[in-house]
Amino acid sequence: MDRSNFHRQAPGIWRAEPSGAMRVPAIIYADDALMLAMDDKVFDQVTNVAMLPGIVGAAYAMPDAHWGYGFPIGGVAAFDPEQDGVISAGGVGFDISCGVRAVLTHLSVERIQRGKEQIAERLYQSIPAGLGSKGHVHLDPAEMDRMLAGGARWAVSEGYGDAADLARIEESGCMPGADPAAVSEHAKQRQQDEIGTLGSGNHYLEVQEVAEIFDEDAAAAFGLRRGEAIVSIHCGSRGLGHQIGTDFLHEMVTAAAGFGIELPDRELACCPIRSELGQRYLGAMRAGTNCALANRQILTHLTRGAFAHVFGRVEMPLLFDVSHNTCKEETHLVAGKPQRLFVHRKGATRAFGPGNPTLPPVFSAVGQPVLIGGSMGTSSYVLAGTRKSEELAFSSACHGAGRRMSRHAAMRQWRGRAVVDALADRGIIVRSPSLRGVAEEAPLAYKNSSEVVDSADRLGLARKVARLEPMVCIKG
Amino acid sequence: MGTRWDGGWEHFEHMADIGVRGFGATKAEAFGNAACALTAAVADLDAVRPLEAVRIECTAECDDLLLYEWLNALIFAMATRKMLFSRFAVRIDGKHLEASAEGEPIDAERHAPAAEAKGATLTALRVAPDRDGWAAQCVVDV
Repeated sequence: MDRSNFHRQAPGIWRAEPSGAMRVPAIIYADDALMLAMDDKVFDQVTNVAMLPGIVGAAYAMPDAHWGYGFPIGGVAAFDPEQDGVISAGGVGFDISCGVRAVLTHLSVERIQRGKEQIAERLYQSIPAGLGSKGHVHLDPAEMDRMLAGGARWAVSEGYGDAADLARIEESGCMPGADPAAVSEHAKQRQQDEIGTLGSGNHYLEVQEVAEIFDEDAAAAFGLRRGEAIVSIHCGSRGLGHQIGTDFLHEMVTAAAGFGIELPDRELACCPIRSELGQRYLGAMRAGTNCALANRQILTHLTRGAFAHVFGRVEMPLLFDVSHNTCKEETHLVAGKPQRLFVHRKGATRAFGPGNPTLPPVFSAVGQPVLIGGSMGTSSYVLAGTRKSEELAFSSACHGAGRRMSRHAAMRQWRGRAVVDALADRGIIVRSPSLRGVAEEAPLAYKNSSEVVDSADRLGLARKVARLEPMVCIKG
Repeated sequence: MGTRWDGGWEHFEHMADIGVRGFGATKAEAFGNAACALTAAVADLDAVRPLEAVRIECTAECDDLLLYEWLNALIFAMATRKMLFSRFAVRIDGKHLEASAEGEPIDAERHAPAAEAKGATLTALRVAPDRDGWAAQCVVDV
């Protein structure tokens, strides 16, 4: 990244003042090394976002930011409907409500080690993964609409998991305002057999060791204990979300001129929140969010079944479930006054700090769990939201490591079998239907998640609670 | 910028995802070759046998968005029919496209599909004359 476009407002805070059509500043949060390595496209994209109507505060990029679609991945922007603020399908992304869920096992690492081969195999058999895989549930049209309206609540009512899980999911497991009728038949058709599937690409299910605790109080509130294992699930709204993104991106790009919106980049296709199209997208996007929540809930149920099969009766409560491709209506302080805003987080995690009234009581004193995925061979992290994050970026933090190498470059550099063998030598079992997929997702194709998390921690976007190390990885 | 794999199509670099580009003497041929690049982003194109034909139609306001609609219609067919396609016959008449896509059901073992295509995007979306013919390209979210 050419840093001459920014001035260093403070260590790790890079600010570009409004120029040209920008309505607000652009701010990137990243330590020097991350900023230096960051793609120049991030500058183009974050400054483009700053040009959109109704944007409030600034356009932000998180420490893991990289070139995305219109918005940078790692981008955060809030819009005020009272000032003709917009909603952007590109600002949410194709994988609506893609996110991470962490499930506690309270099993010791030693216990997992003794059954590691068996649990890897059982999870691989239980969790539908990869292109062409089908879920165990087929949804008819009526059931599809109930799922889209109910999210994880629907899944629990169908017997997937426990009612207690719901309190440990953003929006208590059900995004209000979902409108299944706003979701196209094509989108619903894509989802008929895909509910309860992991997907492919960077999606995964991992059994991880809680290897290090940084914040004992928060770890205790989250139920994390050093030397125990947890399960992390990274996936989203599957084909339904992808199709909603496809449908609305086209509709918004052709409608923008009619709203008097000059798009700096077609991929920033958007429309006023208060327009009919904006409301219809909101209804569809919220239904997509519920699809992702239901999907992760079913995968949790399958995971619990696999653990019960291998380890007998195991209590596996949820730690939390976060989404990192979203637009949510939230209250934030703007110039000291509470204001309802539509906050886009594209590859960024909500990170509400202590005392936020929307948090489950159990997290009220320590802040929301922020779940950061690594890659197959690298650390993942649990962070906690901070009060400072509200001032910095509407309570947002990073979401993962972010790629440092394209899929092609990764494929040229590594063979899938060699990656699997190298990880096995380090005690990490990988199960995947695609060795090419493993090569494309090789650990070194990603940035170092520790550097990203350290940067977020130093800046106060979120604070480190625990480091997790992979033991078993199921890749799509 | 990209890696030419044969005369008809190539992939080009995008940090998180993958760019697909097709060439052809005609616009329709370039669209067909862009579809070959799409399949090759998922699996080995040569391993996909053209055993079953699927008819695809779409319409859009301009060439760029027609390519967007065409590739997304294929992604929809791949997802709902659980198929991969390797041979394409495309006809474009103004704003309308009709095509036959030939392929076979996904065989996880034989095709070992890598990343699943989520959607063709508006990023680097371009349909334009190229040398003696046409080029059609965009980035696909995988």
